[in-house]
Amino acid sequence: MLEVIVFSTLNGVLYGLLLFMLSSGLTLIFSMMGVLNFAHASFYMLGAYFAYALGLHVGFWPALLLSPVLVAALGAMVERFGLRRVHEHGHVAELLFTFGLAYVIDELVHLIWGSIPVSYSAPEYMRAPLFSLFGTDYSIYRGVIIVIAVLMFVMLWYLLKKTRVGMLVRAALTHGSMVGHLGHNVPRLFMGVFAFGCALAALAGVIGGPLLSTEPGMAQALGPVVFVVVVVGGMGSLIGAFYASLLIGLIQTFFVALDVSIGDILNSLGWAVDPYGEVTGITLAAIAPMTPFILLVLILIFRPRGLMGELEP
Amino acid sequence: MSKRFSSWRLGMPWVAVLMVLLLIPVVVASNGTFSIINVIAIHIVFALSYNMLLGQGGMLSFGHAVFFGLGAYAAIHVMNLIGDASYEGHGLWAHFPVFLLPLIGFFAGALAATVVGWPFSRRAGTAFAMITLGLGELVAAGSQMFPSVFGGEAGVFSNRMVGPIWFGLELAQPAQVYGFMAFWTFVAALAMWAFTRTPLGRMSNAVRDNPDRLQFIGYQQRNIRFLVFIAAGGFGGLAGGMAAVNYEIVTPESLGLLTSGLALLMAAVGGLGVFYGPVVGAVLVTLMNSLLSDYTDASVLYVGVVFLLVVMFAPSGVAGGFEQVRLAWRRGDLGVRLPGWLSSALAVVLYSSGLVATVELIYQISHGKDKLARSLGFEADPASPLVWLVIAALLAAGYGVSKAGKRYREVNA
Repeated sequence: MLEVIVFSTLNGVLYGLLLFMLSSGLTLIFSMMGVLNFAHASFYMLGAYFAYALGLHVGFWPALLLSPVLVAALGAMVERFGLRRVHEHGHVAELLFTFGLAYVIDELVHLIWGSIPVSYSAPEYMRAPLFSLFGTDYSIYRGVIIVIAVLMFVMLWYLLKKTRVGMLVRAALTHGSMVGHLGHNVPRLFMGVFAFGCALAALAGVIGGPLLSTEPGMAQALGPVVFVVVVVGGMGSLIGAFYASLLIGLIQTFFVALDVSIGDILNSLGWAVDPYGEVTGITLAAIAPMTPFILLVLILIFRPRGLMGELEP
Repeated sequence: MSKRFSSWRLGMPWVAVLMVLLLIPVVVASNGTFSIINVIAIHIVFALSYNMLLGQGGMLSFGHAVFFGLGAYAAIHVMNLIGDASYEGHGLWAHFPVFLLPLIGFFAGALAATVVGWPFSRRAGTAFAMITLGLGELVAAGSQMFPSVFGGEAGVFSNRMVGPIWFGLELAQPAQVYGFMAFWTFVAALAMWAFTRTPLGRMSNAVRDNPDRLQFIGYQQRNIRFLVFIAAGGFGGLAGGMAAVNYEIVTPESLGLLTSGLALLMAAVGGLGVFYGPVVGAVLVTLMNSLLSDYTDASVLYVGVVFLLVVMFAPSGVAGGFEQVRLAWRRGDLGVRLPGWLSSALAVVLYSSGLVATVELIYQISHGKDKLARSLGFEADPASPLVWLVIAALLAAGYGVSKAGKRYREVNA
């Protein structure tokens, strides 16, 4: 039992950090431009695929840096030539645009790399165990991911709180037009934030690709969960997104790890039900993919502004 | 304008639609064409029901397929009940015709919308979009857990040639199913159009345009959204019932995000602001899906690209474009406006030819030439930089033309 708890906690935190890498960019973009970028998870997928394709030529580490840069450039183009054009037609048009973009990117990935997973993996030496607990290995790669993620958060915090650009971004979040009046190029700032958010998503893809699996369904598998994180954390709240990411990461990992069915739980509470019935025989592992959405519906019903949000969406 | 004249003008399009529906079986003979037409009929009702939410009520939903799918499941289970009852020769269901199954779908969809709708209709906008997305994912994931209801991965199947026969339609061939489809599409479309003219339908437009003001007048926006949500869920379920009869199989996929996305795609391509917009969109998207897939594996991609181009260049959709041209014609300033619109159209043509060429080249690199490239006589070597330069030039020209058109429109506004 202790083994399950320790490893589920480690894996849950890891998954939560990956989720936060995605949701931090999405939250920044949302609070700045009011756009929920439906294609955000598609940029995450592109990050993984670019890293795979580049890694074949330049090796793992250079690809890890190059891929987010490429995706950021792509994101900047999308903002400049797509989103900015649609902006004048309102928020629904923007959502529709990003929805269509996600659709197109998914299909392009299908077209270019095929519909089966590609063999994108971490270098051999990274798969060696970092430490062993209860006879189970924890690979170096997982440790490296945690380090990269934490470094990224420190950098993000430093950028937003301690630099002039970060100050401008924070000012533009709440007083966009005022920042414009002071002579700053707000559209370019938007483009930069969009590109930066895309780069964060791509970084999540680069380091998450070898861990999960690099396949055309990866955007659709993670995309809705990232939305849940942003809504549960509170729209536009970075710290809320952080807590929500960890919460969802831990819940999902623990549900998968626990080999218990609904009937078992009810029985242990003294209900005496058939542990193999159609409803009572459902295991917690089977419910795991649903947990974020159950959480979302509950949050939207009982606390619509999310964990840390100040405004209702 | 006299009342008689205006009701004549209101009824005219419907008479025309009826004529077209009656003419189709005279002109069309092959079963293959009929099966495409039947799918179009289902999609028309589905897209129209979706537009009750987005176009008329201003509620962007990513979970409309839930009602479509639940309606389809309800209809197919009843179809099985009819089959069992008529096999045994007695029982209530033995007297229920398959022809009326869309009604079952309607009630299932409306019931589901009633159950979940109240907390959903509190807010429109992003919150509504997110909560419907959550609902869609929840139901799609949950459906895998109850194989006795949803049939697991394989779905539930049935046989539509059971029970009492109405109007001599045995529903054996797609040509006979067409009679069924035409009837229900006409009835459902007429009902949804009539809905837009009821006070509730008008209030749903008001909720979309100015919810605060509506509140001041003394209406509860939440109640209106809730009622519209139920109606849209019902008609979505009706489309599901039609689909159950057409395919004789319902899979959990019909509940998922892709199906919801299809409704959104069709409604937006056709035009959200015009009642017949989703009809145009359903016809276009279904035709693209079924005809293009014979020629290229990238057909889904092309549908997505069309959607993107529509959102960017014609936000009011294809039907919205018709309406604008018609209005300009009536006002008599078509001559001034046409160059601006034509430049947009030209930009779209340039962009899309550049994009099609890119896609076909990528396809050639990874899989070899496909049928579309061959039938277009597309001869290009993906290795030569010249080809890519031409594509870049096409895209740049499209950008330039769209810029120039925008300037023209601004000057002549």
